[in-house]
Amino acid sequence: MSEHLPILIVLCPLVGALVVPLVARVSLRASRALTVVATLSSLACALAALRMVLDGDDWHYHLGGWAPPWGIEYVVDPLGGGMAVVVALLAALVAIYAGPHLRVYTALRGAAFDSLFLLLTSGLLGITLTGDLFNLYVFLEISSLAAYALLASGGERAVVATFRYLLVGTIAATFYLLGLGYLYALTGTLNMADLAIRLATVPPGSAMTVGVVLIVVGLAVKMAVFPLHGWMPDAYTYAPPPVTMFIAAVMSKVSAYALIRVLFFVLPAGDAVDTARAVLSWVAVAGVLAGSILALAQTDVRRMLAYSSIGQMGYVVLGLSIGNAAALTGALLHVVGHAVAKGCLFGAIGSMPRQTVQAEIAGFAGAARRAPLTMAAFTVAALSLVGMPPTAGFFSKWYLLSGALDADVWVFAAVLMVSSLLSAVYFFRVLEQVYFTESPSPPDPGQASGMPPLSWRVVVPVLTLGAAVLLIGLFNGALVTSVIQPALPEF
Amino acid sequence: MRSKFGSPVLDASARLLAPFMWLFAAYVLVHGHDSPGGGFQAGVILAASIIMLRLVRGEASPPGLTSRGALTFACAGPLLYGGIGIVSVLSGGNFLDYGELPLPMDPVQIRVLGTLGIETGVMIGVTGVLVLIFDVLAPWDDGTV
Repeated sequence: MSEHLPILIVLCPLVGALVVPLVARVSLRASRALTVVATLSSLACALAALRMVLDGDDWHYHLGGWAPPWGIEYVVDPLGGGMAVVVALLAALVAIYAGPHLRVYTALRGAAFDSLFLLLTSGLLGITLTGDLFNLYVFLEISSLAAYALLASGGERAVVATFRYLLVGTIAATFYLLGLGYLYALTGTLNMADLAIRLATVPPGSAMTVGVVLIVVGLAVKMAVFPLHGWMPDAYTYAPPPVTMFIAAVMSKVSAYALIRVLFFVLPAGDAVDTARAVLSWVAVAGVLAGSILALAQTDVRRMLAYSSIGQMGYVVLGLSIGNAAALTGALLHVVGHAVAKGCLFGAIGSMPRQTVQAEIAGFAGAARRAPLTMAAFTVAALSLVGMPPTAGFFSKWYLLSGALDADVWVFAAVLMVSSLLSAVYFFRVLEQVYFTESPSPPDPGQASGMPPLSWRVVVPVLTLGAAVLLIGLFNGALVTSVIQPALPEF
Repeated sequence: MRSKFGSPVLDASARLLAPFMWLFAAYVLVHGHDSPGGGFQAGVILAASIIMLRLVRGEASPPGLTSRGALTFACAGPLLYGGIGIVSVLSGGNFLDYGELPLPMDPVQIRVLGTLGIETGVMIGVTGVLVLIFDVLAPWDDGTV
């Protein structure tokens, strides 16, 4: 079976999504177990595939036995395989994390949640593995539609926020499809490798420019790059905790992966791409600053984290728009580090008892005493986003900074420093409440005794992610030389 | 949906119409490869017949499909599709390489049958999803879907 690993990565959650609603009629417990098993086996397949790819050549898998460019192929290379491992890891942890949260659901709703979650996972995994731009669009839609339904399951305000996301997201996907149409009209192929060869011989012209612009804008909306981020804070704030944890962690990263894939592996180097990167670099600078400043203004922790995501995605865009080896290494390391850290942060917040509906910052007073383990993980992840050594965030910012200095763009280096200071300010507002403020006294006796201890299913995934933030930081050298450098495009 | 709105005339004509719709769905499914049609269209026709019966005779009417059944259809159809893909993996081909299905026929026939198999999966899935969409938009009196 090992020669089928690339398809099995996507197939495990996909088949799981179809079987879960049927199994849930018999036993919700069995369908929950099936969800966890499906994501774990997908993770195992992704790890095995990445291992084999790092030892040898890229892995091409032809669906239905049809050779590209006619058939659809899946390609596992260090970049896509690495992304698949990140997505599958987060999916497995969130599948475990969601258990206690689903206890209040009926069997039908619980099964619907798990089924949609698995569909979302398989869509995101498909984006990372496919070698076909149209297939990427299909997976983008699968993951987006599943995400809309999951985000909307958080109540009335979530429905309104998600409807806005649905409108914006659908337009973004259409932009991507239109841009793809231009490239298809120019070359007559949709396979990424084939497209890269053929586009290199196409003389630059307005069709190419329009195609590039549409694709970049479409993916930028999905990434929530400033100023196309309007849908994001509300959608993250009102969704159920496991949903926010997963979507905030990986969904925008997978779109970032798609953008890197298109800009560096499909489109030929030339005017269109250079202009796109130049525009993106200034957009990223604005995003880094605006995200950090807007995060300062929030009183709701989840909104603060959402705006911080906008700033952090700015780093990734900055890295890929500078585009030299160090900056791209930083961008990719930041994609991994931020995915893990954001998952950890949202997971830790979601595990807090819902003492306040809005998760106000003041509501975190004395949280370290009530939930010391998850708050320790929260602190590590927050320090990573601020950029303290030895966490992952320090090293990704270090690479970004050296990339900016290599390219002699001092403005970007300055922006990186300023926004790190800003993120230190907004995270320490929360950490001050968590560690140095007593919980409002006297505590309500009913509330204090009625607060159940956190389930291991919540604590273990959050702690794993917190540990991963540290490990990625400590072993960043090994990660960069063994996975990220092989993943970089040839310069 | 508040309740069925059957009358003797509607009831008789719906019952007369339904078998022909099923026959036409089967024709569109089987003939999909060399005339307009295919699994998706066949599924829509099948779902239309089920929704018609549901409007006229109510959900419990024997030839119809309950919501529970529709959910089963919606899951079983794609599973049939993916199952054929997995069988072709198990018999040595790539995923969805239905020339490799273990059937005692010549490869061209196997490929045609494999295509028909996945089209049937599409039909079942589309039928289930369309009936489910109808049920979600028009829940029964007691609020159940």
